[in-house]
Amino acid sequence: MSLQLRGITKRFGSLVANDGIDLEVRPGEIHCLLGENGAGKSTLMNILYGLYQPDEGQILLDGRELTINGPRDAIAAGIGMVHQHFMLVPVFTVAENVMLGDERTRRLGWLDRRRARRDVAAISARYGLQVDPDALVADLPVGVQQRVEIIKALIRDARVLILDEPTAVLTPQETQELFAVMRSLREAGRSIVFITHKLKEVKAIADRITVIRRGAVVGTATPDASEVELAGLMVGRRVRLTVDKEPAAVSPDTPPAFSVENLTVLDESGQAAVDGVSFDIRPGEILGIAGVQGNGQTELAEAILGLRPVAEGRIVLDGRDLTGDSPRQRLRAGIGYVPEDRNHDALVADSSVAENLVLDLYDRPPFGRRGSMDVRAIRANARQRVEEFDIRTASIDTPVGALSGGNQQKVVVAREMSRPLRLLVAAQPTRGVDVGAMEFIHKRIVAERDLGRPVLIISTELDEIFGLADRIAVMYRGKIMAIVPPDTSREHIGLLMAGAHPEEPGGAKGPERPEGGSGPATSAESLKPTGPGGPDETAEAAGIAGTGATGAQDTENAKGGDDE
Amino acid sequence: MSEQAAPVKDTATGEPPRPGRFRRLAAQIAAGPPWVVTVLSILLAMLVGAVLIIASDQEATAAFGYFFARPGDSISASWDAVSTAYQALLRGAIFNPDSASTVTDALRPISETLTEATPLIFGGLAVGLAFRAGLFNIGGQGQLIMGAIATTWVGFTLDAPAVIALPAAILAGLGGGALYGGLVGWLKARTGAHEVIVTIMLNYVAFLLLGYLIGSEAFRDPDNPQPVSKPVNEAARLPHLFGDSLRVNAGLLLALAAVVFAWWLLNRSTLGFQLRTVGANPNAARTAGMSVGYGQTMAMLISGGLMGLVGVSQVLGTANANNALTQQIDAGLGFTAITVALLGRASPVGTVAAALLFGALQAGGREMQAAAGVSIEIVTVIQALIVLFVAAPALVRGIFRLRGEGEGSTGLLAKGWNG
Repeated sequence: MSLQLRGITKRFGSLVANDGIDLEVRPGEIHCLLGENGAGKSTLMNILYGLYQPDEGQILLDGRELTINGPRDAIAAGIGMVHQHFMLVPVFTVAENVMLGDERTRRLGWLDRRRARRDVAAISARYGLQVDPDALVADLPVGVQQRVEIIKALIRDARVLILDEPTAVLTPQETQELFAVMRSLREAGRSIVFITHKLKEVKAIADRITVIRRGAVVGTATPDASEVELAGLMVGRRVRLTVDKEPAAVSPDTPPAFSVENLTVLDESGQAAVDGVSFDIRPGEILGIAGVQGNGQTELAEAILGLRPVAEGRIVLDGRDLTGDSPRQRLRAGIGYVPEDRNHDALVADSSVAENLVLDLYDRPPFGRRGSMDVRAIRANARQRVEEFDIRTASIDTPVGALSGGNQQKVVVAREMSRPLRLLVAAQPTRGVDVGAMEFIHKRIVAERDLGRPVLIISTELDEIFGLADRIAVMYRGKIMAIVPPDTSREHIGLLMAGAHPEEPGGAKGPERPEGGSGPATSAESLKPTGPGGPDETAEAAGIAGTGATGAQDTENAKGGDDE
Repeated sequence: MSEQAAPVKDTATGEPPRPGRFRRLAAQIAAGPPWVVTVLSILLAMLVGAVLIIASDQEATAAFGYFFARPGDSISASWDAVSTAYQALLRGAIFNPDSASTVTDALRPISETLTEATPLIFGGLAVGLAFRAGLFNIGGQGQLIMGAIATTWVGFTLDAPAVIALPAAILAGLGGGALYGGLVGWLKARTGAHEVIVTIMLNYVAFLLLGYLIGSEAFRDPDNPQPVSKPVNEAARLPHLFGDSLRVNAGLLLALAAVVFAWWLLNRSTLGFQLRTVGANPNAARTAGMSVGYGQTMAMLISGGLMGLVGVSQVLGTANANNALTQQIDAGLGFTAITVALLGRASPVGTVAAALLFGALQAGGREMQAAAGVSIEIVTVIQALIVLFVAAPALVRGIFRLRGEGEGSTGLLAKGWNG
């Protein structure tokens, strides 16, 4: 089935989200839609899935024009979508989730669960999507939940499958497994539209690439194009993808400036989200914490700033125990904090850029004196920061919510770096940030290190960790699996991220990569635990490194992927 | 107006209106910014009010009985009914050419409007301030009653010259309301009790306490057969501003001072910055080292204090003839204040405008009832409709085919509820 979009235009008020986009998806191809956040990829796919109506343009299916008024029409036409945030009911089983919205009944309205189970099993076997139809979705790791979404689409006979940023929540190994599934779907003649902004993945899997910038198609490419070329197309200028930095200029015997000792932090349900974590950071050194989203990194960062109570352990900065201090005291002690979700935790969208630039300094001279704020000082500060950090905004009075993601992040970074720091903690410092702003933010972080500050970077993007960190700590289920030097291989870190200790004999045989479409029976599969409703296969089963973690923590993993 | 009220102001006057001033204004109106929606809401509400006036007018309804025989009759009868009523409204609220023989008479309608608007300014500021801190203060009734009780008690017990008695009584009212509101904020901060539930319940407590007190030995006026408290001493009453025959009193000056204070608090004080941040994004506030609980407690404390001043202006002002507590002392102002704050979009200056509008409707409504025989309840309906339209900007934009931008004031209310 070939799908053509012709001249699709979509406007939201004065904003043109899609501007005359042409796109052709051929049968049996993996078509990558590459673009920065906010380039209009998701809008385009939502139009294709019937969630938005285009203002202009046509959608052609096998040459016939198609009107899609809602997801129902899209599904009927053979278009399936896997959203970035899964649309699953956690307390239902896999089979129940799959039948949801398309319930087949027997006599007297009884749900035909047996048939649903059979269908799930058939699809799983056919495309190598290993999943237990009777497992509760809440108990499944994120990667398997994603498979359930794919099965849902396939069971409705989707011949064009849209995957919206599917790898954002996966470990490198899970990503490889997803790619294997995608290849087997391609061989079965199904088409896939793969939305992403990660260049490596595009090169690994795409047959053809369409690059979108500011709502318009700016070019097409083949996977043999270099990453720099693709990034250039995506951003519209030449970019450097590597971070320029000298190795850390600290000797290993410098006493640490910041230490976390045996830290345990509980999540809302009373489980240990951070479980006995210890590490040191020396002045002038960047420690990067790698890990799949939802393995306790958020809680760790929040505990360091004091937003979350510490159940056990200590946090020490420059010899001073901060464990019992309030966030305000810690900020005063010189912690600069860039939270992972800027809109949720760092910015007030309706307030001006100027006000957001003093959000945690508002009551300190020169901005605030004896209960009164000095508007002139605040504005002068704003003009200076906007200039220094190259924040692209119409004016300093513009509500910060009107800025692009990258510029919003620059506001946060500018604020946190505009006072003398003794420690910088930055979680996902470049999430949802365009490549240009990313370059800039990385440069500033390294500059902060070179001033002799300890820096803690928490990121789920391995590229970012490799680019910035002087040492890498890998977190898995609340524990630090290992702290390794930055020249450690990607595979090694990937295994740690999945909870396996590569050097141990148990872990070594576990996670072979099911690459190359060598069939569904991976070795991870053979390790499948048989406990009732337990987590299924995936490289996670290689978690014979075990830790006795329960299903509940997997739920936590899944939740971690959701924005609130 | 402040940069906080930016959505209203920026679109209206933010840019230098040099080239094609008129055309630019037209374009801005077509874009349907919030202030245009507000103006159109008022117009729409007056239109619906007109329909109700026609429906309640006997001549007009009779003429509609033979509409198809002589449509002109029903149209002219309708026009008469509506124009008589709305002219009476204007006469009562702004200027009455028929009784303007003396300066005092000419100023009377304005004086009435200002008198009615005074408690609404306090109340609107109170609710608006809480809104800005992300709280929905639905407990204005309770707070203003507590303020009224406190101010009355000081007013009739403290035997002192006016320079002492009046400030003391005002401060007592302020304190009574502040404590009653602050209690709510403190409960929310400490225990997470939702302010909407707590304030509604505390309204009952205050109302019943008031009923008990005005029947009790300590408060009850022995010379009055009705359950009414002793009147406050002359010295503690708010003086008339322009002679005894005009009701407008010094409460208005106090209200204007409160507006300046609220503006400063919200836009120029560190506390106000904290309140706004807590209201707009409590997570960001916490991350920036602010205490959300402290912010919420302070917001409810100040909001309650302003509500207490509503009670002060009710008791010490000219709203009731005997300057005493009655069971009806609240006059529903705690709830009307919510609509005023919504219409004023929770900004101090907007609140003044909204309070003046509602005061004018109230003052004019009485004249409308007297002169045109239209029930004063129509005014309440119009007030309700204005707020309804303001709260549903999409509806107004749809009716007038405006393009629309932003979401208007509904977000304001939603934020209050999310608390």
